[in-house]
Amino acid sequence: MTKTILKAHELRVEFGGVTAVDKVTIEAHENELIGLIGPNGAGKTTLFNLLTGVYKPTSGDVFIDNHDQLSPINQLSPYKRAQLGIARTFQNIRLFKSRTVIENVLIAMTAANKSYPIQAILRTPKFYQNEAQNRQKAMSLLEIFGMTQVADELANTLPYGQQRRLEIVRALATTPKILFLDEPAAGMNPQETAELTDLIKQIQVQFKMTIVLIEHDMKLVMAVSERLYVLEYGKVLATGTPKDIQNNPAVIKAYLGEEG
Amino acid sequence: MDKAHIKYTLSWATLALMIVILIVVMTMFDIIGPYGLTTIVLIGINLIAAIGLNLIIGMSGQFSLGHAGFMAIGAYATALIVTAVPTIFGFIMSLFVGAMLSGIVALIVGIPTLRLRGDYLAIATLGVSEIIRILIMNFKFTHGPAGIFAIPSFVNWPLVFGMAVLTIIVVVNLVRSPTGRAIIAVRDNEIAAESLGINTTKYKVIAFVLGAVLAALAGGLRASFIQSVSPQDFTFMQSITILIIVVLGGIGSISGTVVTAIALGILDVILQNFGSLRMVIYAVVLIVVMLFRPQGLFGRSEFSLKKMLFDSGGNHDKDHSKGA
Amino acid sequence: MIIQQLINGMILGSVYALLALGYTMVYGIIKLINFAHGDIYMLGAYFGYFFLRVLHLNFFIALILSMAICAVLGMLIEFIAYRPLRHSPRIAVLISALGVSFFLENGMSYLFGSDKRSFPQAIETTQYHFGSLQISNIQIIIITTAIVLMILLNIIVKKTKMGRAMRAVSADEEAAILMGINVNRTISFTFAIGSALAAAGGMLIGLYYNNIDPLMGMTPGIKAFVAAVLGGIGIIPGAALGGWLIGILETMTQAVGLSNYKDAIVYAILIVILLLKPTGILGKNKREKV
Ligand SMILES: Nc1ncnc2c1ncn2[C@@H]1O[C@H](COP(=O)(O)OP(=O)(O)OP(=O)(O)O)[C@@H](O)[C@H]1O
Ligand SMILES: [Mg+2]
Repeated sequence: MTKTILKAHELRVEFGGVTAVDKVTIEAHENELIGLIGPNGAGKTTLFNLLTGVYKPTSGDVFIDNHDQLSPINQLSPYKRAQLGIARTFQNIRLFKSRTVIENVLIAMTAANKSYPIQAILRTPKFYQNEAQNRQKAMSLLEIFGMTQVADELANTLPYGQQRRLEIVRALATTPKILFLDEPAAGMNPQETAELTDLIKQIQVQFKMTIVLIEHDMKLVMAVSERLYVLEYGKVLATGTPKDIQNNPAVIKAYLGEEG
Repeated sequence: MDKAHIKYTLSWATLALMIVILIVVMTMFDIIGPYGLTTIVLIGINLIAAIGLNLIIGMSGQFSLGHAGFMAIGAYATALIVTAVPTIFGFIMSLFVGAMLSGIVALIVGIPTLRLRGDYLAIATLGVSEIIRILIMNFKFTHGPAGIFAIPSFVNWPLVFGMAVLTIIVVVNLVRSPTGRAIIAVRDNEIAAESLGINTTKYKVIAFVLGAVLAALAGGLRASFIQSVSPQDFTFMQSITILIIVVLGGIGSISGTVVTAIALGILDVILQNFGSLRMVIYAVVLIVVMLFRPQGLFGRSEFSLKKMLFDSGGNHDKDHSKGA
Repeated sequence: MIIQQLINGMILGSVYALLALGYTMVYGIIKLINFAHGDIYMLGAYFGYFFLRVLHLNFFIALILSMAICAVLGMLIEFIAYRPLRHSPRIAVLISALGVSFFLENGMSYLFGSDKRSFPQAIETTQYHFGSLQISNIQIIIITTAIVLMILLNIIVKKTKMGRAMRAVSADEEAAILMGINVNRTISFTFAIGSALAAAGGMLIGLYYNNIDPLMGMTPGIKAFVAAVLGGIGIIPGAALGGWLIGILETMTQAVGLSNYKDAIVYAILIVILLLKPTGILGKNKREKV
């Protein structure tokens, strides 16, 4: 039995009478790649927002693995959850626009940073050492995504696909246990999508990370996911391996059927 | 510290030294008289306050209209302490006490109010500033509406110049560090910053407190230089005076703040010749500058000696090769 | 006694409310804290002074004329100093507004001197007594004028084509353009209405306090802005509510012998309310969609 990294129990949230997420119970295991699919407005992004703490649930609980124990994080703000190992990207890209690519990555390393403002003000050798180390680490992450060439470009001058990649690099820089990707391939062409698929697989293996992926591109999710959750009208409609899901009559009727 | 940094630091130090020599030479030849030196001191004081406000508004993106209140705390701390202990030691201590007090007030005020957004924060900080002023106006030990006179003076232009340079170094070094990057990240996208484990309140408060400390420092220098303080010196208009320096220079640009503080100081001297039309002309200048440079003189960019002196090729590769 | 203070507070609050309405409408439509708004109130009082002292007009005719002139001035200011900055950073417009404010204050001081002038007593004061309560005809005029103007404003905003356009532009400028609304004209109209209300406030205060000066708009300007924020900026009934609340708060603190602290108390209450309700009393908490 593999270790559970994150667990949500009967999560529910309402927005002015509309139940966007309705009693969702999910679990993510160590080093697992989970796909989260469902039609537009099913509540996928909202579920991410609940798990990462951006929204407070109306009811239900979220737990995360903390030193081999599942501890509740309902009361924790997003930044504390991030420090416990939750990282994410955003469906509507949220980069630090006025900063360069590498600065975007460096910013993500702030919480783990052991540098003190006083060292920075006095520009002690320790400060330069620290900065050099951080830059090196940021560059090596950018390297994985083939973005070292654009390290000093302003983030908002990058093409769309690269901005999405940068969001992933930035999330990785927080050295998370679990990574939530919200439609990382949106707006990419087939070739970029194929490259991204490989990269996501590569990160999972290389960093031994748990990844939860929202994606509308069925080929992509079915290819990479080990397990899937299907959401519809805020409820979990089905869960299982890609094969199970593809053969699940309820899913075919409610979701895949509608598509084609 | 590598060679490039030493070169870079030295060139800034040379620039500062050249300005000092220029001022000394100009006083020797009577190009700058006592009135000119007064102007230089006042420019320096405004500069320190404005850099503090730029840290709050420009770097951390929090719209504060309460700078005058923090200047008042510094000014009254200096006025009271220096009157009681009229020595240079008393003066230094008074600056320190004023800065501490101001920082503590900013901390207490900042933690709850920095959750407020945009103009709501502006009005809350304006309120705090006015409350500070009204308290000062009603306390006995601050001598009420009349204020405090005959404060011993320990301020001269080299001191203010040194303090201004120090302020710039501290703020620029802080901004170009993990702390500064986090502050700017919170400004650029608060939700993203939080998702990366950045305690957004903490960084907003850091900027706010440091800004308040600099305001107090400016207030203390001013009290001892002008040798009097009164609650009327720290109304909403004082906050606006500093705000104008920051906005005209370009929000988030330290170089812009420096240049504008100097330019407005000189403009003020020129306008003295226009008597009662002075403020009317100033108003027109303000509107015209905004209409033609809505981003401020410098936008968000900085004047860079590095680019001018060392980056002949004009590419950015230098920075990241340093990391490798 | 407490009722008497309440009445006095309502009178002062009516004037704050008239000013706050202009702040809130302008803010609602172009997100600008119009720092020059308090100075329009001052100009309104000065035009009133001119019509009453020099032309010896009837008070209400003078009021309407002053409102009309200030409406035009408001549009002019918007056209010259704000419109070119419509797509610039918000703070640039704010500084431009401060520039306009300095210009009006100092220009008036330059032309007419910075001393206080006594406002003509166009209407003779009569006091009415109801038991221990006392109220003057001037106070009745102030409060009725303010209420009539607010009702008129409400009709304009709710029932006329221009009013609907104002609401549409406030809600969503892009959509308003698509609907064929002339945004420039709508914004001009908003400034005209707001400035007319401010002018009325200025004249009423002149009549009440009997004196005017070029800086008379500064403090009430800030107070009215505070009132607008307190009620929920951008929300028209919020401005009226905020104005009255602040007026009443001020007179109440004075009544309990804390007049030296009256502004401090108003600000402290404002801060507490904002902390409890970050978008003002009637404001809606908009949650950012992530
Ligand atoms: N902050 C909010 N306020 C009100 N309603 C919201 C909010 N966030 C989400 N919703 C609603 O919740 C429902 C689910 O939205 P959500 O964005 O989670 O869907 P999704 O599955 O991510 O869809 P898509 O595939 O289009 O991204 C929608 O009806 C949406 O309008
Ligand atoms: Mg979504």
